[in-house]
Amino acid sequence: MATINLVDLQKSYGGNVMAVKGVNLSVADGELIVLVGPSGCGKSTLLRMVAGLESVTAGRIEINGRDVAKAEPAERDIAMVFQNYALYPHMTVRGNLEYGLKNRGTPRAEIDRRVTEAADILEIGPMLDRKPRELSGGQRQRVAMGRAIVREPSAFLFDEPLSNLDAKLRVQMRVEIRKLQRRLKTTSLYVTHDQLEAMTLADRLVVMNSGLVEQIGTPTEVYDSPATLFVAGFIGSPPMNLIPIEAMAAAEGFANVNLPPNTDIIGLRADQLVIERPEGETLVLDGIVELLEPIGGESHLHVSVAGQTLILRVPGRPELTDGAQIKLYAPPSAMHPFNRETGRRTDHIA
Amino acid sequence: MQTKRTIFPNKLLPYALLAPQLIITIIFFLWPAGQAVKSSFEREDPFGFRTTFIWFQNYTRLFDDPEYLNAAARSAVFAVGVTALSMGAALLLAVCVNRLLRSGKFYTTLLVWPYAVAPVVAGILWWFMFNPTIGIVPYLLEAFGYRWNHRVNGNDAMILVIIAASWKQISYNFLFFVAGLQSVPKSLVEAAAMDGAGPFKRFWTIVFPLLSPTTFFLMIVNINYAMFDTFGIIDGTTSGGPAGSTNTLVYKVYADGFLGLNIGSSSAQSVILMLIVIILTVVQFRWVERRVQY
Repeated sequence: MATINLVDLQKSYGGNVMAVKGVNLSVADGELIVLVGPSGCGKSTLLRMVAGLESVTAGRIEINGRDVAKAEPAERDIAMVFQNYALYPHMTVRGNLEYGLKNRGTPRAEIDRRVTEAADILEIGPMLDRKPRELSGGQRQRVAMGRAIVREPSAFLFDEPLSNLDAKLRVQMRVEIRKLQRRLKTTSLYVTHDQLEAMTLADRLVVMNSGLVEQIGTPTEVYDSPATLFVAGFIGSPPMNLIPIEAMAAAEGFANVNLPPNTDIIGLRADQLVIERPEGETLVLDGIVELLEPIGGESHLHVSVAGQTLILRVPGRPELTDGAQIKLYAPPSAMHPFNRETGRRTDHIA
Repeated sequence: MQTKRTIFPNKLLPYALLAPQLIITIIFFLWPAGQAVKSSFEREDPFGFRTTFIWFQNYTRLFDDPEYLNAAARSAVFAVGVTALSMGAALLLAVCVNRLLRSGKFYTTLLVWPYAVAPVVAGILWWFMFNPTIGIVPYLLEAFGYRWNHRVNGNDAMILVIIAASWKQISYNFLFFVAGLQSVPKSLVEAAAMDGAGPFKRFWTIVFPLLSPTTFFLMIVNINYAMFDTFGIIDGTTSGGPAGSTNTLVYKVYADGFLGLNIGSSSAQSVILMLIVIILTVVQFRWVERRVQY
């Protein structure tokens, strides 16, 4: 059980390459925080700094109020699940689970109790005497998690733990990680580049880009009111349509809308644009169908509007031919106003 | 495993292509080995006029000869000493270099140089440094009250040849250990660090076990080296002396055969050495390679 506080945390390599440019974050006890962002955004570096595997250039890392920025990894009472699992190949599963406890001088009876308990939780009991190479990817993943939970640490760190699994297993393990974390109520930091994984797992999301935090909030907050253009384009699949205001100007009903000052980019979610006129006040855009991608129960519709390609998510498989003239509708309240220069929202976020 | 089979239309061509390698193997390996086996069963008179077939007499005599048994014991001490010292030093250096990011390549290059030094030259080099009359080491040792003299003291002589032989082999072992260390995934060491293991514990419980394939391979190679490839070093430093204290099996083959001109006994000794090599090689391929998998 722990709270984690990051205060103006920075990391630079060789003096001039800044990987993390001052991150502030406070994690409440029992919370699952997901750090998400594209490759090279500094999320893994941040996690490794919390773990103690990377030195801290400036700033503080407080676990339960104690600054551990200079402490050894072992002194921080945290456990980590690595992307490649990092299981000790020459030890059995039991050996892997016991290793951390033995190093800390835990009594034999206590070690056995915890290993049995973890094996029960993760259903790896029958594999305890096997070597990691005899296990499947999913089983190795469980052992890696087992190795973290036997320690009963004050926090878990996950470094893209699901990226080596196939798609089906990934969904399954994602659910299990969530359930496990709810059950153990252990404070967790979870790094991923997969925004879907981030949305489904997180109590709160931290969206990062080039070493900086773009937005911190619950998945709903981040999806419903992205704070920056980057977040708008990163979260959501397909990503939010970002339309220059000039291209919107021709839209019917646009002139009546009161936009905040300095707005020059309008964001519209793929599922908030529709092709059938809704009731009530609406914007109307004229477009030409470029491409229809059917993906089972719904389709992605690419439409060219004033030279911009917008992507819509529409239910079913509408009968539209490429090049057809089409009208798109969206309620004015669905518009996310941004400023190009600052990259930020121009209205206030709730 | 699938391999592509090439069918030669001409029956002679494949033999012609194999011929150069086969001829070299036959002339320089199989023929001399056969000669050694043959003459190990014979006795030759001092002037080389007559040879008599004497069955296993050369062998039985060897095993009754205290000097030969002494040489076997000396060889064992020498092989264990060289293997332990050269592997230990190489591992230490490899671990140090592995911690360096940028300068690692530079040190690696420098550390490989001794391997290019000819055995006799390496021997002479250490012989100079340890020379009781003009050497620097005896001079320094004297300050600690130790009178180094490998010309008189058998233990000193053994230490000298062990150091000289190890020094040359460190480079080779070092390269293999560096490669071995680099193939140990970094995340395993990190996981161990988070699991509360200090640097020494991490090394002995994680890194060293994962190096075991390299270590076993090098052990066999080093024993082989110490037993058979160190003639030049011993000849250049102690010539087997004093009083046979550094007279290893391979040096005795030379001394008995070429200095003592007892071809029969010398051949029998080299046949025994040949058997040792064969056994070590079989151990390496059959037993070690299978056992050290994790």
